[in-house]
Amino acid sequence: MNEQREILNSTQLDIIIKRLSQELIESHQDFSSSVIVSLQPRGKYLANRLISCLSENFNLTSIASGDLDISFYRDDLLTKKLPIIPEEINMDISTENKRVILVDDVLFTARSVRAAMDAIMPFGRPQSIELLVLIDRRLSRHIPIQPNYVGKIVDAIDSERVIVDWKKNSVLILKEKNE
Amino acid sequence: MNSLSVDHMLGIKYLTKKDIDLIFQTADNFKKIINQPIKKVPSLRDVTIANLFFENSTRTKLSFELAEKRLSADVINFSSASSSVKKGETLLDTVNNILAMKVDIIVMRHPNPGASVFLSRNISAKIVNAGDGTHEHPTQALLDSFSIREKYGQVAGKKIVIIGDILHSRVALSNIYCLKKLGAEVGVCGPSTLMPKYLDSLGVNHFSSLNNALKWCDVANVLRIQLERQDVQLLPSLREYSNVFGINKKVLDNLDKKITIMHPGPINRGVELTSDVADSEHSIILNQVENGVAIRMAVLYLLSIKKN
Repeated sequence: MNEQREILNSTQLDIIIKRLSQELIESHQDFSSSVIVSLQPRGKYLANRLISCLSENFNLTSIASGDLDISFYRDDLLTKKLPIIPEEINMDISTENKRVILVDDVLFTARSVRAAMDAIMPFGRPQSIELLVLIDRRLSRHIPIQPNYVGKIVDAIDSERVIVDWKKNSVLILKEKNE
Repeated sequence: MNSLSVDHMLGIKYLTKKDIDLIFQTADNFKKIINQPIKKVPSLRDVTIANLFFENSTRTKLSFELAEKRLSADVINFSSASSSVKKGETLLDTVNNILAMKVDIIVMRHPNPGASVFLSRNISAKIVNAGDGTHEHPTQALLDSFSIREKYGQVAGKKIVIIGDILHSRVALSNIYCLKKLGAEVGVCGPSTLMPKYLDSLGVNHFSSLNNALKWCDVANVLRIQLERQDVQLLPSLREYSNVFGINKKVLDNLDKKITIMHPGPINRGVELTSDVADSEHSIILNQVENGVAIRMAVLYLLSIKKN
């Protein structure tokens, strides 16, 4: 049997996305030298929400963005039980001399962010790379990587899973019980 | 559908349509990667691949080697001309010696049909068939279909005619299997001495007139006459073949539609294709070569991540 509890509901999620958008504006102003790069597959939903929030509420309509697939750069490619099949890469942008904002939904061990930093380099040498996550599962890092923008900090143990449900617009913690 | 149904890439015959779709989907990603300024990914950095070529090859060998290097695999090369095979060593002994050096994947071209199937039954490494005699050349067929898919959006429903020496061609056999699995209509065209007896069982249309074949098709995949595989003379002369089955600009201009010309290489210019056709806007021959690297990266990647 699985136990689940909601940690963010739809209203809270909307408020957080609006706040994250404002934090981004604070340091990137009109985004003329910045690009938003989401980590496929799940970071894309958050990036899309942020981009539409920035456009609807703050009139920032021409933000450069791309979706990055990190499959080929992962360090567990050959050891993972289930085979990793890549998602689509949509990177019709250059990151040369740009301020890159990496976007993902949940930050856990940070291994995928490490892979993303390798994967971003072929698109040009960025001026800087920042990390934005909706959920930061603190105290679970395998690599010393910390986010610059955080939606919510969550304490969850290893056997729990944090799931962002973009259809229901909520965030859940799922506890899997093995009987 | 997140894994191949096979452990080795021995032939198109053994693949399902889902496998082929998965290879194409993965190759789409690799195609983007090989067009980036930095074309290398670290995916297979713990994998060692041996390229065993018991038969001459230029582009297949280069294409595989490049694909392996783009994936960061360690690569060793072997060609029979400079090896102990000349001293009488058996295939199994040669391969087992190479495996003793801890090799994970073997890419092999061999003059005997079935050599890669034989190897896959006797050793533990993953085998990729890079052409076994007159049998199959699966990665060539995959890249041909991938190129058709890239040009037309899909392979299903398209009419493809394979022109030339069907009897001796592993490219033809693999292409027929692959195109049929993807739902294309396939025709073959060439001198009747170069048509296999089992043609009917493959479910393909047979054209004896080049003009009829070209009128029928959307894509013409033109093959080279493989004189090296002909023990007896099956053609009066290359000149006569060229007159009857060679494609030139005039033949194409007489058609009331535009068709696409493909060729697996090497081209004998002036025999099966004239230069003005091979270098025309009809031809996607160089796209095929580019796609070859992406397809081979996809095959090596998917075999490597497949769990036994």
